[in-house]
Amino acid sequence: MTELQAGQSAQPLEVPRIDARPQRYRDVLIALVAFVLLALLPMLFGSKQLLDFVIRCAAYGLFATSLNLLVGYTGLISFGHGMFFGLGAYGFGLMMQKTGVPIPVAFVATLAMTLVVAVVIGAICVRLKEIYFAFVTLAFQMLIHSTILSWQSLTGGDQGLRGGIPRPSFLGIDLSNHLHLYITSCALLVIGLFLMRQIAQSPFGYTLRMIRDNATRASFIGIDVWRAKLVIFVLAALFAATGGMIMALFVSGAYPEFAYWTISGEGIFINMLGGVTTFLGPMVGTVLLLILNDTVTRLTEYHGIVLGVVILFFAIGLRKGLMDFVVEWFAQRRGEERG
Amino acid sequence: MLEIRGLSKSFGGVKATDNVSLDFADGSLTAVIGPNGAGKSTFFNLITGALRPDAGQILLNGVDMAGRTPPEIVRHGIGRAFQIASIFPSLTVEETMLAAVGADQRRAGVMHRRFPLPETRDRAEHAMELLGLAGKRNRTAATLSHGDQKLLDIALALVLDPKVLLLDEPTAGMGTEERWRMIDKVRELWEKQKITVVFIEHDMDIVFKIAPEIVVLCYGRILATGTPDAIRRNEAVIEAYLGSDDHAGAVA
Repeated sequence: MTELQAGQSAQPLEVPRIDARPQRYRDVLIALVAFVLLALLPMLFGSKQLLDFVIRCAAYGLFATSLNLLVGYTGLISFGHGMFFGLGAYGFGLMMQKTGVPIPVAFVATLAMTLVVAVVIGAICVRLKEIYFAFVTLAFQMLIHSTILSWQSLTGGDQGLRGGIPRPSFLGIDLSNHLHLYITSCALLVIGLFLMRQIAQSPFGYTLRMIRDNATRASFIGIDVWRAKLVIFVLAALFAATGGMIMALFVSGAYPEFAYWTISGEGIFINMLGGVTTFLGPMVGTVLLLILNDTVTRLTEYHGIVLGVVILFFAIGLRKGLMDFVVEWFAQRRGEERG
Repeated sequence: MLEIRGLSKSFGGVKATDNVSLDFADGSLTAVIGPNGAGKSTFFNLITGALRPDAGQILLNGVDMAGRTPPEIVRHGIGRAFQIASIFPSLTVEETMLAAVGADQRRAGVMHRRFPLPETRDRAEHAMELLGLAGKRNRTAATLSHGDQKLLDIALALVLDPKVLLLDEPTAGMGTEERWRMIDKVRELWEKQKITVVFIEHDMDIVFKIAPEIVVLCYGRILATGTPDAIRRNEAVIEAYLGSDDHAGAVA
């Protein structure tokens, strides 16, 4: 064979190109459709309870999905992610009660405050190995919870922020109006999920997957592992705080339970229910948990037992979340059809 | 040019690397051999930043790498593969390559861009072609054969365009036939890429056949350096490592 022929035969085969751009357009489209559907909901069903349910899903869904960026994508099991949910609620509530700034200003200022706190806590935590990371994040959660309880003059202690959060209207949006609050919550949910999806699918998102799989190898291809972990820790905190702010707006207040460790526990619970291998798993888990919570508490006062049995079923029975199960089932079926 | 000057590392009282000085010329192919516990892996770990040297310099084109972190050293152009294939089990071959290039390019800080970046494709494609992994692009790394996992590990180092490539026993855990295929691949890479390659190898037949330069380590020190012929005739090497019978006889 001459060299020319050899060169020709070595020509790479034409490979199907996964183009980056159409995928992003697809995400924009999905986000828009989701938002329009959510916005149409009040016209189809007038039920206030349903809208309340969706608002709570928005708050917890943002929180749980941001936790999945840590747990599922990076392999950082945080037991204290709920502290940022609480910080968001309290930061926003206090800002509105004490300063009377417009809502968008308080929103951005709360995110800025969360950013600073998350950078400090994250810088301490992300260098720790698995179990130590889990427990030190839990310790910080307890620290923030205790601070809220004992700083009575500012936070109202165990009574929480009472007297309601003033919600002056801005740009024609009046958040004391239930429908406006609903639409705003949906918009925040959809925008938040869209942004998190972009992070997960960016080169940085794949850096996180590499760190999860094999952090040592990642550092030997030039990745600053702790810096990447810190960045995602802070970003996740911002989305969790956004969830907290929706919650504060919804209940028009903030309570110490928002910053208690059980919120972090519920986040982990939601992720186990929905599954951490798909982007929307935590969102599905959120809806499941809230439905369970609402129906079970109506039926029995022992709702803890029922929820415990459900989590055991998912953890021991399925050994994965619902979305993991569904995705695997479809993949298997497709495999069988082909085979 | 990679120059090692007076490199030393002790663990407790044991000198794992003892005042080692070596030059690796640009585009050279060097085998590092030595009995078990000779300090070969420690030597690699010092160069790549996995271990911090007690003393000495590691000069890559005149810039000292000693005491820097692994990511910094990789960015300066020293890549490595591991004795036990070190890969990302849940990613496919293609994702692994794209993600590695993506992480390399992202240093400028683009998070808003969608994966994969169009310009990363060519580099990823090139590395997969070189190592013969293009046909297995959609296989999850965990499902690859042992040999393919080793190739993927090397591809991970190579896709970053290193100036120096360190391979810690590329043929570890392979059968005889597979060993030769792997080592032919290493030689082919070296010839095509024109980079400096240093590899650790136990199989003397392989070493003497393909490595133009050989370094013999023993108890953390350099016992000998030179061409295969010179090493074969070296009295100290014969005594310490090769044994006086077959290899020495083959030359005589």
